[in-house]
Amino acid sequence: MKATAVNDRYAPISSIDPSSRHHRREHALMLLLMSPAVLVVFLLLIVPLTWLIGQSFYAEGVLSLEHYRRIFTEGIYWNTFALTFRISIIVTLLALLMGYPIAYAASILPQRWAMLVLALVILPFWTSVLVRAYAWLILLQRSGVINKTLLGTGVIDSPLSLVHNELGTIIATVHILLPFMVLPLYATMQKIPRDLLLAGASLGGSPLHVFLRVFLPLSLSGVLAGMTLVFVLCLGFYITPELMGGGRTVMASMLVSRNIQLYSDWGAASAVSVVLLICVLAIFYVVSRLISLEKILGVK
Amino acid sequence: MNKLSLSRIVFIGYVVLVLVFLILPVLVVIPMSFSDSRFLSFPPPGYSVRWYDTFFSNLGWMSAAKTSLTVAIATTLIATPVGVAAAYAINCSTHWSMRYLKIVLLLPLIVPIIIVAAGVFFIYAFSGMLHTISGLVMADVMLALPYVVTAVTAGLHGFDQTQEMVARSLGMNRFRSFMAVTLPQIKPSVITGAIFAFIQALDETMVALFISGGQNQTLTVRMFTALRDEIDPTIAAISTLLTATSFALVIMMAMARKQASAR
Repeated sequence: MKATAVNDRYAPISSIDPSSRHHRREHALMLLLMSPAVLVVFLLLIVPLTWLIGQSFYAEGVLSLEHYRRIFTEGIYWNTFALTFRISIIVTLLALLMGYPIAYAASILPQRWAMLVLALVILPFWTSVLVRAYAWLILLQRSGVINKTLLGTGVIDSPLSLVHNELGTIIATVHILLPFMVLPLYATMQKIPRDLLLAGASLGGSPLHVFLRVFLPLSLSGVLAGMTLVFVLCLGFYITPELMGGGRTVMASMLVSRNIQLYSDWGAASAVSVVLLICVLAIFYVVSRLISLEKILGVK
Repeated sequence: MNKLSLSRIVFIGYVVLVLVFLILPVLVVIPMSFSDSRFLSFPPPGYSVRWYDTFFSNLGWMSAAKTSLTVAIATTLIATPVGVAAAYAINCSTHWSMRYLKIVLLLPLIVPIIIVAAGVFFIYAFSGMLHTISGLVMADVMLALPYVVTAVTAGLHGFDQTQEMVARSLGMNRFRSFMAVTLPQIKPSVITGAIFAFIQALDETMVALFISGGQNQTLTVRMFTALRDEIDPTIAAISTLLTATSFALVIMMAMARKQASAR
């Protein structure tokens, strides 16, 4: 805000200058400062993405939609995308159910307790994804802590298969993505003016009523940001399903990786990538019409 | 009133349960790493540091650790100045093109990481940069940029730019006035950005799975391969070390921020 104000104040000076040379030099300098960062992203992301999109329309040396036809007609591709979306929806809903109360607690608790709650969210956030997948392997295996506790207390008679399947993938993925739900939610809730809640209560609203009619609606932009982030990240998840899924839970990203590393089939890998990318960009585009992109991405 | 306090107890209980769910997996690797048994039984039958010994005396693990540290340090040293320059430009310029360039810098976060990995793999295979340290550093710089730029832009928002203009009107050139006036005041956000870059480079697994190998395999790639084959407590020891590093850095970051808000 301050920067704009300053620039506005200086704008008349440069507009008096007939050539507006000052203005152009300033802009050139800013572009120069931007260029190393933009160059890296251009060379390592935009160039290969363009190539991938091109590859997806080539099959056996000629232009064709063969790869896309296979994605939309062959069972293995169709099932993989269906599974990817199903897991992403389940994970997003579970993360919301678990994350909303945590963010709410952090926003209403006294400072000291709120800091503790946030620390418990942020510490796992900064722990390597691999470490967390490994920890879940330890906890969920047949002779793991959870099975032992359940067997010991007599809740179950034989160990449950909690890992190397879809359930294990979902548990570990929710754990890894939960902070991405809590942090945007907390950022939004923190900005809700407390006076509004007091006003609601003073007008005779019960705590539940005040929550449902005042707090909840005002927190919805955070809900949207968190759900978008978790859903989109989950669509492209690779490491967790690869380690926790036991080879049976094949998600879209694994299809990309296998087509490249096992079969060197860039055409198929590209087409899957393009479909995945279009899904992600479409979601970001729709959501960015409602809330700003920075609000979604500015968490970490 | 009684009903209210009951619902409150249920709410607190639920929150505590979710927090345990969050923190338990992070903590469970610590006792496992001090186990004296080959097997991952919990709690461990006895305690020892043998898995740390295994890690520090194994040449393969040590070389992987060295690669990862080298890459993380180089990434931090490059991504921080590059990201600060970009954030400065985003903050100063009012030109319409900046809006789009800013989105370009966020792309590494928006595009699913598997697609980023496939793309970088293709470019490196084409240019002979597979299995090189410089290749790993370049890729990690790209992935770290959004974090550095976001952190530093936030820092610059709270900074009054007229101060830099005063320094320039007194005869300092732009670079010197930035170094002498602006940088000291946005230091906490620059430190935050640098720590983001370091942790992200240290933990990065997906892109490294595609582009690292041979002499230059990263720690995370070696861990990933080991995890698929056998679950050995050595990994618990490495996990504990990695987690301790991240925690130490996050605490440093929190302190830098606290110092900033105290001023």
